[in-house]
Amino acid sequence: MSANPQIDAQGRLVHLLTTEGLPAEMILHILDTASQFVSVNEREVKKVPLLRGKSIFNVFFENSTRTRTTFEIAAKRLSADVINLNIGASSTAKGETLLDTVWNLQAMDADMFVVRHAEAGAPHLIARHVKAGVSVVNAGDGRHAHPTQGLLDMYTIRHYKRDFTRLAVAIVGDVLHSRVARSQIHALKTLGVPEVRVIGPKTLLPADVERLGVRVFHDMAEGLRDCDVVITLRLQNERMSGPLLPSAGEFHKAYGLTPEKLARARPDAIVMHPGPLNRGVEIDSGVADGSHSVIMPQVTYGIAVRMAVMAILAGNA
Amino acid sequence: MKIAILNARVIDPATGRDETTPLHLADGRIAAVGAAPDGFRPDRTIDAKGLVACPGLVDLAARLREPGLEYRATLESEMQAAVAGGVTSLACPPDTDPPLDEPGLVEMLKRRAESLRQARVYPLGALTLALEGRKIAEMGELAEAGCVGFFQADAPLTDLNVLLQAMRYAATFGHAVWLRPQDAHLAHGGVAHEGEVSTRLGLPPIPAVAETVALHAILELAEATGARVHVARLSTGRGVALVAAAKARGLALTCDVGMHHLHLCDRDAGGFDANTRLVPPLRDAADREALRQALADGTIDAVCSDHTPVDDDAKQVPFGEAEPGATGLELFLPLVLRWGEEMKLDLADTLAAATSRPAAVLGIEAGSLAPGRAADLCLFDPVRRWRVTPAALASQGRNSPFLGLEVAGRVASTIVDGRVVYTG
Repeated sequence: MSANPQIDAQGRLVHLLTTEGLPAEMILHILDTASQFVSVNEREVKKVPLLRGKSIFNVFFENSTRTRTTFEIAAKRLSADVINLNIGASSTAKGETLLDTVWNLQAMDADMFVVRHAEAGAPHLIARHVKAGVSVVNAGDGRHAHPTQGLLDMYTIRHYKRDFTRLAVAIVGDVLHSRVARSQIHALKTLGVPEVRVIGPKTLLPADVERLGVRVFHDMAEGLRDCDVVITLRLQNERMSGPLLPSAGEFHKAYGLTPEKLARARPDAIVMHPGPLNRGVEIDSGVADGSHSVIMPQVTYGIAVRMAVMAILAGNA
Repeated sequence: MKIAILNARVIDPATGRDETTPLHLADGRIAAVGAAPDGFRPDRTIDAKGLVACPGLVDLAARLREPGLEYRATLESEMQAAVAGGVTSLACPPDTDPPLDEPGLVEMLKRRAESLRQARVYPLGALTLALEGRKIAEMGELAEAGCVGFFQADAPLTDLNVLLQAMRYAATFGHAVWLRPQDAHLAHGGVAHEGEVSTRLGLPPIPAVAETVALHAILELAEATGARVHVARLSTGRGVALVAAAKARGLALTCDVGMHHLHLCDRDAGGFDANTRLVPPLRDAADREALRQALADGTIDAVCSDHTPVDDDAKQVPFGEAEPGATGLELFLPLVLRWGEEMKLDLADTLAAATSRPAAVLGIEAGSLAPGRAADLCLFDPVRRWRVTPAALASQGRNSPFLGLEVAGRVASTIVDGRVVYTG
């Protein structure tokens, strides 16, 4: 099996499955392409004909209205035909296998699949089995990867901070279950960020996470010191109490981003969050809506980055 | 039927014999090694030049999938796979559907297997009824029906009082208790070894302590009850150390390792290859090294194929949803040979890990070429290379992490009870 199934022999992007192993030039090409689309999105007619006649299937085995909508908008602004399928939590529950579903859709002449699935590696499996010329975009697989989110975060960081090679970036909270954190870490390391930190209790940090090239902090005040970028992660409701955490309140006390804790970071630090927010849990409203927050620009740039990924995969950028 | 095997390099790991010499078989037994007995007139002579003749392999874990799981494999296909792999004796775990928890099922399985006249089958009975971990199975009746030990397989046994009483009961009658050490709560939901690879891939982890915590309990209970315990499928270096320490203080304990764990580690799942989804999970490179060493130094008594045929549909799914296991019978010899070569062991010591040593674990007569012993043999070409492809396998399971790779060591003939049951 190819070590990097998303890049072909000529170095072209054929699928977007993970930010791990994505060359820096490719990431920068995606970000540069996205910046052209940002201006498209600011125009009155927010549409370019790059993907006219192409069929993009949003195949969501795990529901997410937000993410699906951003992909849908991105595809429509590229003039593609978009078909949304919410297949629900489990492919097997329906009796049809994941690959049968994909092969059926492929027979309807799909050009691209945007896939979200609860199981890590599901988009890899699909990418291995689609015919040549059909692309797979991972829109989130289990705890593994959410590459377009990682890339839009890189876009946002570059927009505000310009130079990746001088930054300290802290990722705070439930790294264990976060595909977003993993995609961010790989992209940040590839782009040459010298200091990537993860901050959280031992129950919410995955084993050997330092082997990904990050520094581990359990004390938030220490971890945030002199950071240029603070990324807070969403804490899922079902994880707020149980064996991993005693309560949302105790989590907030230790790891919730408050103005006081943020004061440890650099004065010009930006605050990011992949959404949706749990106000008062991982982030205070005062921070989420405050002057350091770039959470809304993240959403805006997300459309442009997804347009860039689709255009590049279609060979039109 | 009398058979003379000429020109073979005869290796008998039980005695350390390794020489090119004739072998004479008569009436299902080894009649002589070396000079023919007086008046020996073979009905058949096999010229085995270039081949090794050794005791037929003994596999401590081969799932035959009967009864109940015939869509994955049948007794016919898997018994054919066994002899194609040079395996002449095999123990089958009780995790069939229904599990082997009543004598009728065991008798039927034994009868079906015997009617095929291929490898010898030694069923392991369920330790608890339906493998549910609540009530102990009828060990006496099951032993009478042919069970050589009692195994909880991969089913959880969370109530340690049940385990304590099962061991006491088994110890009363001298039955062997087989256990795969894994704490069900610590392993809950996990599909891959907890470490850098599971972190990168975002796969729900099974920590190494899931094995060692369970192993601590098993060792304590074994010591307290005096039960004859066999620890199945050790997967961690810490587990190896616990077993070594228990053996050093005199505990009569045996254990095995699955062959895939001697060659692969968690990194091999890097591309989400569902064929690397195994039970127990592939651990890290240091664990693999500890297992390889422990099998060589005898801390681990035997290697097994852990043969688990799985149909394609159950593997063509995301890693975490894939049915665990790999087909193994036909890769058993090549992978054992590869381990021995990499460990720089001589061929007799290498083969002992898959012949005389597992035979001793089961307490069966197999695994020796001494005159008078059962004529169960494997003749193989140790250098012949072959590619692992679905078409090259007799097993109905084509699920192997070694698919597409080349391995050395091909079985030429398998003899059971003095009859040639396979010719390659």
